[in-house]
Amino acid sequence: MFLLYFKTWRIPVLKICCVHFGYCVFKCVYFSVRHDIACHVTVCSFKMAAEDLPSQFDVVILGTGLTESVIAAACSRVGQSVLHLDRRNYYAGNWASFTFNGLLSWIEEYKNQQKVQITESEQVWRSLIDEGEDVVPLSSVDSSISNLEVFCYASEEEEKEEETKAPLTSCQPVNAETVSEETTGDSTEAQDTVTEPSQSQEEKDSQPISSPADPPVEVEKKITYQKLVKEGRRFNIDLVSKLMYSRGALVDLLIKSNVSRYAEFKNIGHILTCRNGKVEQVPCSRADVFASKQLTVVEKRMLMKFLTFCLDFEQHPEEYQDYTEKPFREFLKNKKLTENLQDFVLHSIAMVTQQTLTEEGLKATQHFLRCLGRYGNTPFLFPLYGLGEIPQCFCRMCAVFGGIYCLRHSVQCLVVDKASNKVKAVIDTRGQKISCSHFVVEDSYIRDEQRQSTAYRQISRAVLITDRSVLPSESDQQISLVTIPPLESSAPAVRMVELCSSSMTCMPGTYLVHLTCSSSGTAQEDLAPVVSELFHVSTIPGEEPSEGAEERSKPAVLWVMYFNMRDTSALDSSSYSLPSNVHVCTGPDGSLGSDCSIKLAESVFHHILPDEEFCPPAPNPEDIIYDGDGPQAEGPGFDESVNTEAEEEGAAHEKNPSTEPAEMDSVADTTPSSEE
Amino acid sequence: MHGRVKIKSTAQQEEEKRKEKEKKLKAFVSARDAVLKKRSAGEHDEEALQLTRQLLSSNPDFATLWNYRREVLLHLETLREKDEVQKLYESELHFIEACLKVNPKSYGCWHHRTWVNTRLPQPDWTRELGLCDRCLSLDERNFHCWDYRRVVVKASGVSVEQELQFTDRLIGSNFSNYSSWHYRSTLLPQLHPQPAPDSAPITSPSPTTSPQFHSHRVCEEQLLKEYELSHNAFFTDPNDQSAWFYYRWLLGRAEREEMISCVYVSREGERVSVAFSKPVHAQSEGLMLVLDGQPQQVEWRSTHPRLRHSPVWLCDLPPGSISDMSNEHNLTIHWTEKHTHRDCALYTGCAESWCRDSATNLELFRSELSVEKSSVLQAELQSCNQLLELEPQNKWCLLTIILLMRALDPLGHEKETLAHFQTLKEVDPMRSTYYSDLCSKFLIENTILKMEYAEVRVFSLSNKNLTTLCHLDQLLFVTHINLSSNQLLRLPPHFAMLQCLEVLEADDNAIENLEGLYHLPKLEEVSLRNNQICKLSDLESLASCTKLTRLDLRGNPVHRTAHIESELSQLLPRVTALSL
Repeated sequence: MFLLYFKTWRIPVLKICCVHFGYCVFKCVYFSVRHDIACHVTVCSFKMAAEDLPSQFDVVILGTGLTESVIAAACSRVGQSVLHLDRRNYYAGNWASFTFNGLLSWIEEYKNQQKVQITESEQVWRSLIDEGEDVVPLSSVDSSISNLEVFCYASEEEEKEEETKAPLTSCQPVNAETVSEETTGDSTEAQDTVTEPSQSQEEKDSQPISSPADPPVEVEKKITYQKLVKEGRRFNIDLVSKLMYSRGALVDLLIKSNVSRYAEFKNIGHILTCRNGKVEQVPCSRADVFASKQLTVVEKRMLMKFLTFCLDFEQHPEEYQDYTEKPFREFLKNKKLTENLQDFVLHSIAMVTQQTLTEEGLKATQHFLRCLGRYGNTPFLFPLYGLGEIPQCFCRMCAVFGGIYCLRHSVQCLVVDKASNKVKAVIDTRGQKISCSHFVVEDSYIRDEQRQSTAYRQISRAVLITDRSVLPSESDQQISLVTIPPLESSAPAVRMVELCSSSMTCMPGTYLVHLTCSSSGTAQEDLAPVVSELFHVSTIPGEEPSEGAEERSKPAVLWVMYFNMRDTSALDSSSYSLPSNVHVCTGPDGSLGSDCSIKLAESVFHHILPDEEFCPPAPNPEDIIYDGDGPQAEGPGFDESVNTEAEEEGAAHEKNPSTEPAEMDSVADTTPSSEE
Repeated sequence: MHGRVKIKSTAQQEEEKRKEKEKKLKAFVSARDAVLKKRSAGEHDEEALQLTRQLLSSNPDFATLWNYRREVLLHLETLREKDEVQKLYESELHFIEACLKVNPKSYGCWHHRTWVNTRLPQPDWTRELGLCDRCLSLDERNFHCWDYRRVVVKASGVSVEQELQFTDRLIGSNFSNYSSWHYRSTLLPQLHPQPAPDSAPITSPSPTTSPQFHSHRVCEEQLLKEYELSHNAFFTDPNDQSAWFYYRWLLGRAEREEMISCVYVSREGERVSVAFSKPVHAQSEGLMLVLDGQPQQVEWRSTHPRLRHSPVWLCDLPPGSISDMSNEHNLTIHWTEKHTHRDCALYTGCAESWCRDSATNLELFRSELSVEKSSVLQAELQSCNQLLELEPQNKWCLLTIILLMRALDPLGHEKETLAHFQTLKEVDPMRSTYYSDLCSKFLIENTILKMEYAEVRVFSLSNKNLTTLCHLDQLLFVTHINLSSNQLLRLPPHFAMLQCLEVLEADDNAIENLEGLYHLPKLEEVSLRNNQICKLSDLESLASCTKLTRLDLRGNPVHRTAHIESELSQLLPRVTALSL
């Protein structure tokens, strides 16, 4: 497990800390912190029911996806008053991570939305519009998800194990008799019934599973659907599957802004590829190349030579200038890399397509290589508890500096000043008019009328829960990235991320697998062939894979979900007909990193505040001056809580100079106040 | 601006930091003084432990404090029960661990830890091993930890297999790690020793010297695996030297056994010369000379006073003992310490006689590389050549190829070797003189081999770009040597081993030092044209060569010295033919 944070904000010190047994401890701390935010938000929105929000903000931001959250944090950090809204009851929009039960509710919500045509609540806000003002209505429906399909292969029988275990508590899933994709609506209740006492029970139950000392127990145990639901809280299922390049824009931003202190990370252990139906390791670092059993020594040399060249390819233009207009693949051929090596470089290291031009391919390879070794032998990090943590971390940062958060709270329409063609206010879903100088909005809130084109790219996604890793190795707690080259050169390459339970995204004994590719058909059409190639998918749902059969060499799929997500990343401001101070943030893109979203956030921020620094490091608590006015003006809770933070941090440093990770989350949160 | 968090200016922060620092320093100094005072007062109590603890946890490199702590602990140990002692030292281990977090490379900490474990009634080696693993996973090159680990492994009796797997793991994660490779080289001979010697062909021809096979050898099956491992490493990164060094160790031949390689006796000076396989200090080695069954009291001396350890030693026999040409003598040199001896018979009518091993026989010069089977070497040479094709500029590869070629067939590969040396000097100019010296060594070896085949006593090394002279102990019988047209700078003390030398030609070099022309009893003629001899004093050693009559010094700066001729005739009165 890796933690990145700075000891002081002036001198960046990167601390890496290995913790082997600390998960449980953290989890508690962590949850309490998460609830901290969640709580204050709930408080906030309840309060809002009675009271109005302040009627004036510098920036109103709608949508809590990564880009919007970064903008919110950046604006709040430099003293702008920020109102951050989301129509959903959870953070991060399409970047969210759900517990299994939360995901089932999300699926249910999707299905309801498909059935019910929402009638626009008409014009209650008409009276709020003055002369010289125009109205731009926003969409109240999110149509970014489509083609959602769910299949369950886990046995639905009652659990028969527990022979010697303590008897189950009364929280046995209430919907045990009716579990199937149609009835998952019940799962919300199931989620609610999983209360604290059962949590501790689960803790005890699951110990034999996670303990490597007795694998036979693990083999014996069948994971039933009930089990998945019961342990649903152990899952954190991402809607988008991304990893963090350890020298990518996101990691740099997390470090620079000190936001990294709100999260924990684990590095990816394996970079794999699938060739001829076999999963094998991609030699990408020096140690991998050395240890590789598949490569001949000559191949090792050729590969190392090529990778070394890529590291500073700009210094040797003579090597590639004849190929700048030609595909990267041809360049690789010219470099005398064997077929084998060409595949590795193209699909798994550069992660580009057959058509990608040489220079872009070289850049991608270089980026990959530069990320190696910063936090281990692979170039990637993954945030524990899922990718949805990252937008939340930025929201938290925004809140610490006074931003106000309301979930289940949206904007109905924008009020545009006709003369200047600028948004001067928004009208929220409660009919309050809130004036602002800038409005930042996520793409899915924009109506088609404001678009120049409604043709979108799509991302195909599959989420699988499986019973074992695709690459059995000595340590089963590894996150793997698997690149699956396309079978025909026109088809898109599929990217697969397999998460282990120690990434805190799935229950012990299972693996959470994300598949992603750019769509050519529906997600199921695109991805089902890959799923059946790599996994054992039983023909009858609930059927146990037969022991000893050849199929058993593959991991079995317990549960799978397919869906398409709209990819708006190619759009820019010219794609919308909107006032100039409305900034649209596109949703997640299909690439592995998040650089695109971070760059967009930075450019929007510079549009809003051209002279301000983007996410400067948060000051050390002890360096903050408390002198009556100043920060207090933002909220009475502020200095008090920051003081706590200072004390706690100080205490932490005395106690143990070598980073006790648990302390990272003890940073007291600020309750943004709406009292004034 | 409104709403902004106010933070302290840099100057304010600096000031606070400075004050903080001062406060800390003051506290440290006063605590230090208190401790030192307690120590000089001989107080060994808990308080002392407490105080040193505070100081060491902020500065674990304070050796005096560790010493004091040891004194206190030893004292407390005498006052306590056994299980209390265990607790005392266990808490000490915990304390050291905390100090190691402050500085994982602190000499004091690691030394103290070793000491504590010797005092601990029941040391927990598993825990110590775990600690080492943790430290090494954070920094695999922490040699303090490596050292400590060796102690722990020895004490805890970890199996060699496990240790080998441990090195596997470390090398796997980063093979640029000398410590791991070296550790491997000590483990492999224990785990996979070479089977008992069955090969006669390369053993000494002398039946009395039993071949002492070196124990640091590894069985062939394992060797092949290790070759593969090092191939993987140097094909992955040919510029990383650690694997190359390991590879050279793998290819390395057994060390030569110590023996008397040659005995030479001359009636004229009534002198015996003995050559050994490696430099020895004969005066302390228990060397005994038996002449015709009679042990002789002789004085051993090396060929040059500057050589305390020398492969060649001389002694004078009692006057008249062998001077009569009509007598036959039997001479035996006993090397009592090594239980070895060598005979030499001096027949009637012979002025001199010797007994020796042939250089060709002994494979003396197959460099340091050699494996029993040349097919293995041939395969290795192929791999290296393959790498050289990919990396024509790689010096490690070039050097290894040269060594392999020498091990396989030094004369057959001479041309290629020279070409590779040329490339080496170009790609690695920083070490070009090293390569020149190495090349000189190989050329001399080749010439000696050729001479052995021809069985002559005339030795020519002219025009070979030599920069250094070596293997001069092999030239014990040479009477004529030609070193002309090389780049020699000196005739080193070893040159005095050429006890039979009569004529020396060393024209067209850059020789400025003639130290080695020292007590060469038969030297008659020396030609040193076009060299760099500058001072008369450089020629002084020539005075010890009593038979020298012809000396050619043309083209040397020394001729500019005033009164050189008269000075020279004074220095070397026997020289009759002097050219200046």
